[in-house]
Amino acid sequence: MQSDLTLLEQVKSGKIWGFPGGIHPPERKHLSNQTPIAQANLATHYYVPVKQHSGKEGEVLVKLGDKVLKGQPLTKPSTGLSLPVHAPTSGEVKEIKPHISAHASGAPELTLIIEADGKDDSVPAQPFNDWQAPETDALIEHIKSMGIAGLGGAAFPTYIKAHPAHDIELLIINAVECEPYITADDVLMRYHAEEIIEGVEILLHTTGAKLCLFAIEDNKPEAIEVIKKACEHKNNIDVRVVPTKYPSGGEKQLIQLLTSQQVPSKKLPIDLSIVMQNVGTAFAIKKAVIDGLPLTERVVTVTGESITNPQNLWTKLGTTVEDLVAQCGITAEKDQRLIMGGPMMGFNILDSQMPVVKATNCILAPSKYHVPPRGVEQACIRCGDCAAACPAELLPQQLLWYSKSQEHEKLEEYDLFDCIECGACAYVCPSQIPLVQYYRNSKAEIRQAEEDKAKAEKARIRFEQRQARLEREKQARLKRHQEAAERRRQALNQDDSAKDKIAAALARAKAKKQQQSEAPKETGKLEDTSTAVDNSTDAAPNQAIDPKDKVAAAIARAKAKKEQKAKQALENSKSEQAPYAESKSSPTHEAQEQATDEKTPEQIKKERVAAAIAKAKAKKAKESSNENEQAAADKSTMTEESITDKQDVDASESQALKTPEQIKKEKVAAAIAKAKAKKQQAKHNADTLTEQGNE
Amino acid sequence: MSIIFYSLLALAVLALIFGAVLGFASIKYKVESDPLVDQIDALLPQTQCGQCGYPGCKPYAEAIANGDEINKCPPGGEATIKNLADLMGVEPKSLDEAHGEEDVKKVAYIREDECIGCTKCIQACPVDAILGASKLMHTVIVDECTGCDLCVDPCPVDCIDMVPAPSNNKYWKWDQVLIPTKTIN
Amino acid sequence: MKFMSNALMSSPHGRVRQSTNQVMRQVMYATAAGLAAQLIFFGWGVLIQIALCVTVALLAEALVLSLREKPVRATLSDGSAILTGLLLALSIPPLAPWWIAVIGTAFSIIIVKQMYGGLGFNLFNPAMAGYVVLLISFPVAMTNWQPPAELMAQSITYLDAITIIFTDFTIDGYSMSQLKLGVDGISMATPLDNFKTQLGQGFTASEITQAPIYNEHAGIGWQWINLGYLAGGLWLLKNGIIRWHIPLSLLASLTTCSFLYYAINPDLGLTPVAHLLSGATMFAAFFIATDPVSASTTVKGRIWFGAVIGVLIFVIRQWGGYPDGVAFAVLLANMMVPLIDYYTKPTAYGHKARG
Repeated sequence: MQSDLTLLEQVKSGKIWGFPGGIHPPERKHLSNQTPIAQANLATHYYVPVKQHSGKEGEVLVKLGDKVLKGQPLTKPSTGLSLPVHAPTSGEVKEIKPHISAHASGAPELTLIIEADGKDDSVPAQPFNDWQAPETDALIEHIKSMGIAGLGGAAFPTYIKAHPAHDIELLIINAVECEPYITADDVLMRYHAEEIIEGVEILLHTTGAKLCLFAIEDNKPEAIEVIKKACEHKNNIDVRVVPTKYPSGGEKQLIQLLTSQQVPSKKLPIDLSIVMQNVGTAFAIKKAVIDGLPLTERVVTVTGESITNPQNLWTKLGTTVEDLVAQCGITAEKDQRLIMGGPMMGFNILDSQMPVVKATNCILAPSKYHVPPRGVEQACIRCGDCAAACPAELLPQQLLWYSKSQEHEKLEEYDLFDCIECGACAYVCPSQIPLVQYYRNSKAEIRQAEEDKAKAEKARIRFEQRQARLEREKQARLKRHQEAAERRRQALNQDDSAKDKIAAALARAKAKKQQQSEAPKETGKLEDTSTAVDNSTDAAPNQAIDPKDKVAAAIARAKAKKEQKAKQALENSKSEQAPYAESKSSPTHEAQEQATDEKTPEQIKKERVAAAIAKAKAKKAKESSNENEQAAADKSTMTEESITDKQDVDASESQALKTPEQIKKEKVAAAIAKAKAKKQQAKHNADTLTEQGNE
Repeated sequence: MSIIFYSLLALAVLALIFGAVLGFASIKYKVESDPLVDQIDALLPQTQCGQCGYPGCKPYAEAIANGDEINKCPPGGEATIKNLADLMGVEPKSLDEAHGEEDVKKVAYIREDECIGCTKCIQACPVDAILGASKLMHTVIVDECTGCDLCVDPCPVDCIDMVPAPSNNKYWKWDQVLIPTKTIN
Repeated sequence: MKFMSNALMSSPHGRVRQSTNQVMRQVMYATAAGLAAQLIFFGWGVLIQIALCVTVALLAEALVLSLREKPVRATLSDGSAILTGLLLALSIPPLAPWWIAVIGTAFSIIIVKQMYGGLGFNLFNPAMAGYVVLLISFPVAMTNWQPPAELMAQSITYLDAITIIFTDFTIDGYSMSQLKLGVDGISMATPLDNFKTQLGQGFTASEITQAPIYNEHAGIGWQWINLGYLAGGLWLLKNGIIRWHIPLSLLASLTTCSFLYYAINPDLGLTPVAHLLSGATMFAAFFIATDPVSASTTVKGRIWFGAVIGVLIFVIRQWGGYPDGVAFAVLLANMMVPLIDYYTKPTAYGHKARG
C-alpha cells in the first residue's frame, strides 16, 4: 500500500520523467488535421470480420439473407475473451465467408458481408442511464455487449480493462498519438472534448482509479487547449503534456514518462495498479453508455502525400480500404504503398478489399520522398545507432546477430520479448536492415519452438501412458488366463470324464506329431522345385504339378518365404502375400494375363481395393502367427484343407465387410490379387504392377 | 632414513586430507542432473514414429545413451541432431538417409467415408490420437497427432493420408505469403 | 481503384536518409585536415601511399568477393574497403617502399576483414591489424619516417617521392637512410622513437626534448597533424557519425596516465600534452578506435573500450619495445570487446529491480 501511495504522490507532482532512446521522424500531421471530421460515404457492401479484437471470435447470430439494422449484434460473444460485432448499417447479409483480413498477412478470416440498403436504419438506442450506481457489473456487461475494444491499435476488449480484478490507483488516457501522419485522436479531441471527458469519468467509475492522467503530446496545442478546458472543474483528471518523441505513446513508455516506473518484464500495467485506455476508447464508451450506441464506426485518418484530400472520416467498421481511399482521391505514384496504421508500426495493405476494423486508425498512402522505402539490406556495421534509439534499452545489433543465427537462448538472454516492435531501430539503421522483421520472425520461431516442445512433452506423456496401459492390459490378460487354468484344474479334479477328454486330446496331439515328423521329409524333397518356381518368371511349371503336390509346394514356398523374410525385413509384409494368395485356389496363368491386360484406368480404384484386401489377408495371417503362438504351431502342421479353410474364412470375413454391390468388384480384385502374388513371386514389387496397370 | 619416513608420512597425510576434502566436496556440491537418457529423450521430437528403428523416442534415447548414432531421427531433423551433438559432446552429422528425410510437419487425416472401422490404426497409434470404435468411423485428434506415419500402413483400405500440419496466424512469419498477391498499378 | 501489393515487409516503412555509404564517406572527408598537415610536413609520399593502398584495397576486396560469390559492385560501393585503405595509408611512413603498402592492405582486406566474413564480422580493426603485421615483419621500413620537411637536408619533390617508393632511391640517388639525415647531419627518427632511444641511453626528458625535432609542445609537424585529426574528429562528432564515448575516454585515460607518470617521474616521461599531440593519438582516438565494427557496442562498453586503449597506448609508449603503441593497443582492446560487451549489457526496460 505504501508504494501505491508513493505512486500517486509521485504522479501528482506533475513531473514528466522521460524515457531512453526514441526518435524524431517528420510528423507530417498537418496534412490531415486541418479539416473537421467528415463522414465516409455509405458504401454498397460492408465486410465485417467476426473477429476484430484480440481474443476469441463470437458466434454468428445471423444467417444468409437476414435483414439487419444498424447496430444490431451480428455475433454473440463466446466464453472467455470475446466481443460481439455489430452491423454497421442496415441491409442484408449477403455472404458469410472467409475474406481478406485486416492483418499484415491478409490471411482470410470469417467475414459477414452486408449489402447496404441505403436507408441506414438503426436499432433503437440502448442507453445505460444508471451508470453512476456503485454496482458496476451491469455497466461492464453493457460495455461488453456494445463491442467496445481498445481503439489504440491492439483492440483488447475494453470490458476487461474497465473492470480489472486488481485495485487500480491510476487511469492513464493515452492521447499521445506519437505515430507520424495519424491525427484521428487529435481531431477527435478537438471536436468531441466534452464527450471524451464523460467517457473518462465512466472509466474512472468502473476502474475505481483515484486519478486520471490525460497524456497529450505537445504537438497538438489545439487539442490540449480544449481538453484542458473540458476538465477544468474535474479535480481527478489531470492533463499532462508530454514532449514529442516517438514512441512516447507506447504503453510502457508512457507509463515511464508519467510515473517513472517500468512495467516489469512479462507483467502488465495492472501489476503497477495502472490501467491505460486510448482516448478513442473513452469516446466509444461514452457513446455506448450515455447514447446507447454500439461500436460501429470510428475515426480513420486517410492521409499521405498521394491522397488528394487527406482528412479524418467517421468510418463504419467494415468499409473497405478501397471505398475509403476512393472517397479521398488518390494519385498513385509508381509502386504506391498503402499502409494500414502509421509509417512506424502499420502494415502494407496487400489488397484494397481489406476492411476497416476496430483497430484501424489510419490509411496511409505516402510518397517515396517523405517515407523512403527501405533499400537493399547491407551488412550491420554495429554502429549502435539502433541501441541509442531503442526505448526498451535493448541491443538491437546483438539481437540481429542472434536472430540471423537462430540462437533462441541468446535472444531470450538479450530480452527479445521486451522488444515492443516500435521500429525505431530499423528507422535509424544506416544499413537499412529490416530489424523489426527479423525480431518478429524470431519471436514467431521461438513461440513455435515452445509450442512444439510442449506438444512433444504431451506426446511423450501420452506415449508413456499408453505403454503403461498396454502393460496393464497384458498383465490382466495373463492373470485371467492363469485363473482360467486354475479353474480348469479344479474342474478336472472334480470331474473324471474330463480326464478322458484330456487323454483323447493327448492322443490326437501324438498323432499330429507323427504327421509332423513325416511332413518335413516331404517338403525337403520339394525344396528344390519350390526354389525353382520362386525364381522363375514363368508360372508354367506350377500348372504341371498335380493339386496335391501344389499344396506341398505352397507350404515349402511359405517356409522359403519365411526364411527370406528374415533377410528382407522391409518387404516383409508384401512377400507374405504370395504363398497364401496362391494356395487359396489354383489360378491359371491365362487368367492373370487377362486380368493384367484388361486393366483400364477405371479399374485402378478396384485394383487398389484388391491390393488392400490382399494386404489385409497377409496382415491377418501375420497377426495370427505373431500373436498366437499356439495357432502358429498348428499352422506349421496344417494340412491342405486347413490352409484352404483359413483362406476361405478370410475371404468370407472381408466379404462380410463389403456391401453386396462390391462383391463383383471384389472378384476382380481377387484375381488381381492373385496376379499380384504371382508377380511378386517373380520378384516384382507391387509398385511395378501398378505402373503396368496404369500403362 | 628418517627423512624418507617423514616425507612419506607427510605425503600420506596430505593425500588423506585432500582425499577427505574432495570426497566431502563431491557429496556436498553434487550436481543433481537428469539421467542422460531423460536429457536425450527431452531433445527428441516425441513423434514415436520408430523411423530410427526403435519402438519410440525413449528407446532411441536409451540407444543413444548406449552409443548409437545421433542422426537417425528424420522428424527432428538437423536441429535435433545439433542439440544431441551438443549434449553428447560429439560432432553433428548429417541426417542418415536410410531412416528417411526431413519433411514438413504433417498430421494424419482419415478419409472418413472410406473408413471401415477396423480399429487397426487405433492400435498402431503410439499416442492414442485416433478416436473410434469397431465398425465405426475413426478420426484423428489433430492436436495430439505427432505425424509419425505409423497408422498409414496398417490401414486395410488406405484411407489415411499424411497432410501438412495446419498453420495458423499466431506464428505467421513476415516473409510467408498466405494469399495470392500481385501489384496492379 | 483496385489496389494490390506484394510488399510483405514489416514496419517501419520510413527510415533516416543516412546510409552506411554516407557514413564511410563522411569519415573519409573528415581526414582532410590531418591529411593536409601530413602533406605539408611529409610531402607527396602520403598521396602516393593513399593511391596505392586504396587501389590494392579495392582490388583485394573485389577478388575475395568474387571468390565468395557475393555481389561485387554493390559491396564495393559501401566504401568500407576504401576507408580501410585510406586509414592504413595514413599510418605507414610516407616514403615506405611500395610493397609495404601492398602487403599491408592485402592483409587487412583479405585476412582481417573478408576471412572473418566481410564488413561487420571482423573482430579486429583491419587497418591496424595490417599495420601491426607490417610493423612486426618489416620494423625498419615501418619506422623509417623521414623528418618533417623543414628539417630535411634535401627537399623531396613529387618525382622523388615516386621514385623512392618504387625504387628505394630518389632521382638524385639518395637512399632513405640518407634522407633521414637532418640539416645537422644527424640521423633523425620520429619524436616518439627518438625519445625512447635517448631515454634508453640515460638522457632525461628535458634534455631529449631540446633536440630540433621537438618544439615547445610535441614534435615539429606532429602536433599539427594531431590537431588536424582532432578537428576532423570534432566535425564527425558534430555530424553524429561517431559518438563521444570512445574518443573522450581514450584521451582522458591517456592524459590521466601520462599526467600521473609525469608528476611522479618528470625526467622519464613526456608531458600529457606531448602524449596527446604525438604519434597517432588523435588519429586513433577519432578514426581508428571509433570503427564501430571492432569496437564495443554498448554505451558503457565504449567508455571502457576507449579507456583500455588509452592506458595501453601509454604503457606501450613508456615501456614497450615500439615507439608508438596505438595499433597494438587497439588490437588488444578489440580482443577484449566480447568480454566488455558481455559485462556492460544495458538493463532492458522492465528488468530493473523495483525500489
